[in-house]
Amino acid sequence: MIYLELFWSFFTIGLFGFGGGYSILSLIQHEVVDIQGWLTIADFTNIVAISQVTPGPIAINCATYVGYTATNSILGSAVATIAVSLPSLFIMVLISRFINAFRSNPYVAAALNTLKPAIIGLIASAALLLSNPSNFIDYISFIIFGTVFVAAYCKVNPIFLILLAGMAGLVIY
Amino acid sequence: MMILSFVYSRIYEMNAWKLFSTFFKIGTFTFGGGYAMLPLIEQEVVHKQQWLNTEEYTEMLSLVQTAPGPISINSAVFIGYKLHRWKGALSCLLGVILPSFIIILLIAVAFTEINSNPIVERIFKGIRPAVVALIAVPVIRMIQREKLHWTSGLIALLSIILVWLLGYSPVWVVLGAIIYGIVKEYLTTKTKKP
Repeated sequence: MIYLELFWSFFTIGLFGFGGGYSILSLIQHEVVDIQGWLTIADFTNIVAISQVTPGPIAINCATYVGYTATNSILGSAVATIAVSLPSLFIMVLISRFINAFRSNPYVAAALNTLKPAIIGLIASAALLLSNPSNFIDYISFIIFGTVFVAAYCKVNPIFLILLAGMAGLVIY
Repeated sequence: MMILSFVYSRIYEMNAWKLFSTFFKIGTFTFGGGYAMLPLIEQEVVHKQQWLNTEEYTEMLSLVQTAPGPISINSAVFIGYKLHRWKGALSCLLGVILPSFIIILLIAVAFTEINSNPIVERIFKGIRPAVVALIAVPVIRMIQREKLHWTSGLIALLSIILVWLLGYSPVWVVLGAIIYGIVKEYLTTKTKKP
């Protein structure tokens, strides 16, 4: 039963996860934290951090991690990871087959045009949803947030920033 | 013609293993996912293996960002299918997924053991607000780059209200945006043609 739920949740994430990268986060959070309760919001934030410093897309990393923690088995990991990749597999093959019809279709272009601002909204929602008391525990959290925000805006490497924030946490708390 | 037939024979000489190992490499060495992967994909697929020329690569770029799902996964499927149909698509997909699957599985196994460890908890107390900042920065960048029109701004705002304030699933936002775009296009083409 849990395997079916895992499959369905991550299949949905794969199917509706437009825009790549962070735009998929609010969708993962909705399914995994809000609906299924497989992770707490703090756990979810930890995994996003782990995804940043390990290779591979966030959607795959989350699927593998949640699949394991929800079932305590490698099978759960495999089920969730396969489920999140299946929509990509079928849709990309479909696009490859009908590439000419797809490329010049005005409806596809129009849909993508309205999706773009919606995706900006989804990434903003992800940031807002994660701005809660379990991630911001005291004033130091806000200092770390501000520092990393400015540094990341100035294009400092995110992996470096995460490692630095981790060291700050270790020293301060 | 000779060049064409050479390219053709090269494509069919190559086996699924080559596809798998190339994408395994891409999956292993790209941190942060998505756009970070693209330079390495270009290096391997266009320059080294020459499976795609620059033009085909550029076209692939726009297609993989159109489809749902992670960009690296979409690229793997697209290239694999182009070279070897389903066998190729599955080889590339497996190759690009396996490195992160193995690494995250090891972390998941270890992390369930050390999650309550006070040192690990301290480290993540520092990291969590940093993660929120890393997600917030691209929002600012995208707003600056897209130079939002007021209707686009409204769509973005609506999506924030629905997902963040009202707790709706982002699925509805995605579906709504797609339907709105299609209906708008239908209405404008209909009024153009008398």
